[in-house]
Amino acid sequence: MKITLKVWRQKSKDAKGEFKTYQHDHVSSDMSFLEMMDVLNTQLIKKGEDPIHFDHDCREGICGMCSMYINGQPHGPLQTTTCQLHMRTFKDGETITVEPWRAQAFPVIKDLVVDRSAFDRIQQAGGYVNVNTGGVPDANVIPISKKIADEAFDAAACIGCGACVAACKNASAMLFVSAKVSQFALLPQGHAERKERVEKMVEQMDTEGFGSCTNTRACEAECPKAISVANIARMNREYFSAMVSSYEVKVGGGE
Amino acid sequence: MKWLIDLFSSTLGRKVLMALTGLFLILFLAVHLAGNLQLLKHDGGRAFNVYAEFMSTNPLIQVISKGNFFFILLHAGVSLGLTIRNRKARGSVGYAVTSGKSSIWSSRNMGILGTVILVFIVIHLKDFWAQMHWGGIETVMYDGKEYRDLSKLVAYWFHVGWYVALYCFCMIAIGFHLWHGFISAFQTLGLNHPKYNPLIHFVGKAFAIVVPALFAWIPLAMYFNI
Ligand code: HEM
Ligand code: SF4
Ligand code: FES
Repeated sequence: MKITLKVWRQKSKDAKGEFKTYQHDHVSSDMSFLEMMDVLNTQLIKKGEDPIHFDHDCREGICGMCSMYINGQPHGPLQTTTCQLHMRTFKDGETITVEPWRAQAFPVIKDLVVDRSAFDRIQQAGGYVNVNTGGVPDANVIPISKKIADEAFDAAACIGCGACVAACKNASAMLFVSAKVSQFALLPQGHAERKERVEKMVEQMDTEGFGSCTNTRACEAECPKAISVANIARMNREYFSAMVSSYEVKVGGGE
Repeated sequence: MKWLIDLFSSTLGRKVLMALTGLFLILFLAVHLAGNLQLLKHDGGRAFNVYAEFMSTNPLIQVISKGNFFFILLHAGVSLGLTIRNRKARGSVGYAVTSGKSSIWSSRNMGILGTVILVFIVIHLKDFWAQMHWGGIETVMYDGKEYRDLSKLVAYWFHVGWYVALYCFCMIAIGFHLWHGFISAFQTLGLNHPKYNPLIHFVGKAFAIVVPALFAWIPLAMYFNI
């Protein structure tokens, strides 16, 4: 296959970026998108040029690093991660535009690499369960129905890739945050800190400068882990009931 | 009190205001339509005039009407604030290529649709509501009692071609606004449940088609003398 790539190149966070066009004549339809980028980068290195920087790690669809906005969709035309996208999805001779995630809360560091530490700070604001260390508890001491366990597990499948933010016209992080809130809200272990958690995580989400949700559901359609917007409705319920009924906790996740 | 301020300054809290005011406006549309449909009676506008007189004089309706004005302004004001925030959230550089595949058109254009509706509401108030309250509107006598002849004013405008076209265009905008908005409001309020979703979706979509269509039917019927 031969393809033309239009890739966003940006030297550093504050540098002005621009698109550069690359002709790529050695593409196999069996390559993953990242392998195709590797081959291109090898050519660039041989020519003495700066290779295209992009995030990747596991290359098996579980780490969430491989952020690329391909032809107007996060992770390209399929509902997978970029590492799981293969060149057979594209046509011979096609021009493919590759951009970084665009969000004020995800600043570009270099080329296609963005800083997603805003997600980490949201998690740190409340996305955990405090436990007392001690002996390992017996299995099944806390009964959980299969359906609830499944639903919590589905929410926990979120890999924090940020495709939901990239896909959303408002750069809203609601799908991510709601998945993280839901995985605990559904389970008895999460109940002790339930109200405080959602208040702090939403506060942090707003502080980071993500947009608000207009329920377009683009996030759900693009999420590689098929996280459902039912989680967003759940977070809305959790948040409102927490805000009107909790003791006033200090919601200052930011500092 | 700080919690209340926190609640309604958060993005989630502001969306609740959008959803609640939106749902109130949906109820208002239904009542308004029931009133308008009386224009289709061939009684010289009597039923409609009696109804309009009641709506513009009954003290309880007056209170609800003030609330309605307030809710429209709140709905538009909050949506403006959120829309500005959402624009900013994309960052200074936007995407070069975007695809509309993963969401429906109306959901991405609520702001534009809302603006069309707002402009329509202003024109509509100027031509009918303001005339009813302060204009030199003609009166008629039914059973020895004086009524303002709003139906005559409506009939005048509904025989002006461009006005009928504008009216129909705005009804289409409302239809699209509600195609997304009705269902969206329930999602915003957290009312998403597999047992009720089919009902919400059915009623939402039916409302978004039937109500604007009936609203638009009235000027069309009067214009073409059906
Ligand atoms: C009869 C008039 C109207 C009705 C029945 C109505 C109804 C609704 C409903 C039900 C929603 C969904 C709320 C949600 O997603 O939770 C909505 C959203 C919205 N409305 Fe309206 N609306 C009306 C007029 C307007 C006007 C005049 C404007 C603006 C100038 C406007 C702008 C918006 C915007 C921008 C949204 C999306 C906001 C968001 O999702 O964050 N609407 N509307
Ligand atoms: S919700 Fe889906 S799209 Fe968003 S961060 Fe998690 S896995 Fe990625
Ligand atoms: S590289 Fe880990 S998910 Fe793609």
